[in-house]
Amino acid sequence: MCIISIKNLTKQFDNLVAVDHISFKVKKGEIFGLLGPNGAGKTTTVNMLCTLLTPTSGYAKVDEHDVYKNKVEIRKSIGLVFQEPALDSYLTARENLEFHAMIYGMEKKERNKRIDEMLNLVELKDKADELIGNFSGGMKRRLEIARGLIHKPKILFLDEPTLGLDVQTRRHIWGYINKLNKKEKITIILTTHYLEEADRLCDRIAIIDHGRIIVTDSPHKLKEKLGGDIISLKINNNFSRFANELGRLKWIREVKASKGNMNLFLTVKEGNRAIPKIVYLAQKLKIKINEIDLHKPSLEDVFVHFTGSSIRERENNGKLKLENLRKKMVPAK
Amino acid sequence: MIDTRAVYVLWLREVKRYSRSPSRIVSTIAMPILLLIFLGLGFRQANFGGILPKSISYISFLVPGIIGMSLLSTSVFAGISVLWDREFGFLKEITVAPINNLSIVIGRAIGGSTTSMIQSIIVLIVAMVIGFSSENLIGFVTILIPMFLISIIFISLGLILAANMTDIQGFGMIMNLVVFPLFLLSGALFPIKALPSYIYVFSYLDPLTYGVDAMRGILCNLSAFPVVFDIFISSIFVIILLSAAVYFFNKSESK
Ligand SMILES: Nc1ncnc2c1ncn2[C@@H]1O[C@H](COP(=O)(O)OP(=O)(O)OP(=O)(O)O)[C@@H](O)[C@H]1O
Ligand SMILES: [Mg+2]
Repeated sequence: MCIISIKNLTKQFDNLVAVDHISFKVKKGEIFGLLGPNGAGKTTTVNMLCTLLTPTSGYAKVDEHDVYKNKVEIRKSIGLVFQEPALDSYLTARENLEFHAMIYGMEKKERNKRIDEMLNLVELKDKADELIGNFSGGMKRRLEIARGLIHKPKILFLDEPTLGLDVQTRRHIWGYINKLNKKEKITIILTTHYLEEADRLCDRIAIIDHGRIIVTDSPHKLKEKLGGDIISLKINNNFSRFANELGRLKWIREVKASKGNMNLFLTVKEGNRAIPKIVYLAQKLKIKINEIDLHKPSLEDVFVHFTGSSIRERENNGKLKLENLRKKMVPAK
Repeated sequence: MIDTRAVYVLWLREVKRYSRSPSRIVSTIAMPILLLIFLGLGFRQANFGGILPKSISYISFLVPGIIGMSLLSTSVFAGISVLWDREFGFLKEITVAPINNLSIVIGRAIGGSTTSMIQSIIVLIVAMVIGFSSENLIGFVTILIPMFLISIIFISLGLILAANMTDIQGFGMIMNLVVFPLFLLSGALFPIKALPSYIYVFSYLDPLTYGVDAMRGILCNLSAFPVVFDIFISSIFVIILLSAAVYFFNKSESK
């Protein structure tokens, strides 16, 4: 029951490989997330699946149709919300939806019914006849989601649906996405670089980085893969020494260090028992710990684990990399 | 093959956008009207010594030319406005829809030609107010045929240019290097034969030459070629340029 299946899909722009031999399957009815930092290749992947870009190589089927051969068939069965706004600001909300419905060949009666239904879903009924030039970012986004659904697609692509929106609007939009996934039984592919968004919404997530898919699984399973609790520490001095010392300890499964902001991430079996030992070691080495935090693995930790750096660091500064100080890798002094 | 509903909705969008931007209407009508008033009235007394037949006043000669100019500039603009759609993201909404580029090009062409013809009719009405008259009253209806052909030709040209441009930076250059020469070569301001022969041969390549000639034939009974011939040549330009526009749209999409 796979509605999308892709294998070794690749897109090369001049000499940049934006998407590099990715493979995954999306099951009917699920919310599938592509999670990755800026420039990871999310939009390029979506564009290939939506037939807006022709892949350089590889295989992709969307709703049984080949992306190379059956573009029109695919276009009929998908809805798409682009990363960049794509509304006509000279038209009203309703006219934007009408344009869409007509260009997808819907009859008048069905069209009007569906437009009202969708305006209700995203709570824009009372704004229907206003020019969208005056809409806020959140309202435009909601309208675009409504528009993507007008022609009853089987699959809805959402490219960064909440990018740049405030927290409250974001929660609202998550609500709509969940609702329509349940109510309309529609398969949703969404891209995001918000960990919380991926965690809350997606049944399964593919982590994509530098055009490659690192891992694909449900948020729950991904967290389990880390095998333990996470302790994060903020150190004041002697960073490298402490990191190396911790790296030698057998009961710590993994040590990740971000020298730039003096952060250490430790994966341990029983976090509550580990903390006193770590504090004791720090005191012995005359190292000052500024902050200490124990938590169950979050998607953030998963991301750090699989890509070697946190998504936020990557967005802020591509070069700020976490060193992997896993025991085996630490050269003995 | 042509999706009439898609054509209709693209037409509707163009007309709505047009009717909602009064500044665009005013600014595009102002230029031809100013030219008409200042050239028409300024050269009213001039003696063109053999360039124009005695029987025709300069303003009568000028009106079809200025209408041609108005059609030319608004049509190229309408075609190139695809670039704005691209800039504001709306182009993707049209591109990803399950309709072919032939329908998209036809829809845009008919939409743009509607607005550009409306503007030209306004210019014609203003011309009548300041003293232009024609003995051929049916001419006011038949002139719609060359008007339509001219607008489709230049919208297609605008679409072709837009499909080959990467951003809106080149827009001003197009207006100066394409629109202006086409206007000057077309015989809108004076008969092309008044130019040296090594220049006016290029007039024969300019589609506007035939359009203006046809309108002048209809309204003023003065034309270099038979009107039917002008219409025939214009129709050929329509077919060639529309097909080229579809070709370039297909090409720019299959990246
Ligand atoms: N048309 C193009 N020509 C050349 N390079 C491109 C093109 N489109 C994208 N790229 C490059 O491909 C890479 C992946 O881009 P893509 O837009 O798919 O990333 P993304 O994951 O969607 O990132 P973002 O979060 O910024 O949207 C980037 O390095 C980008 O610069
Ligand atoms: Mg993107």
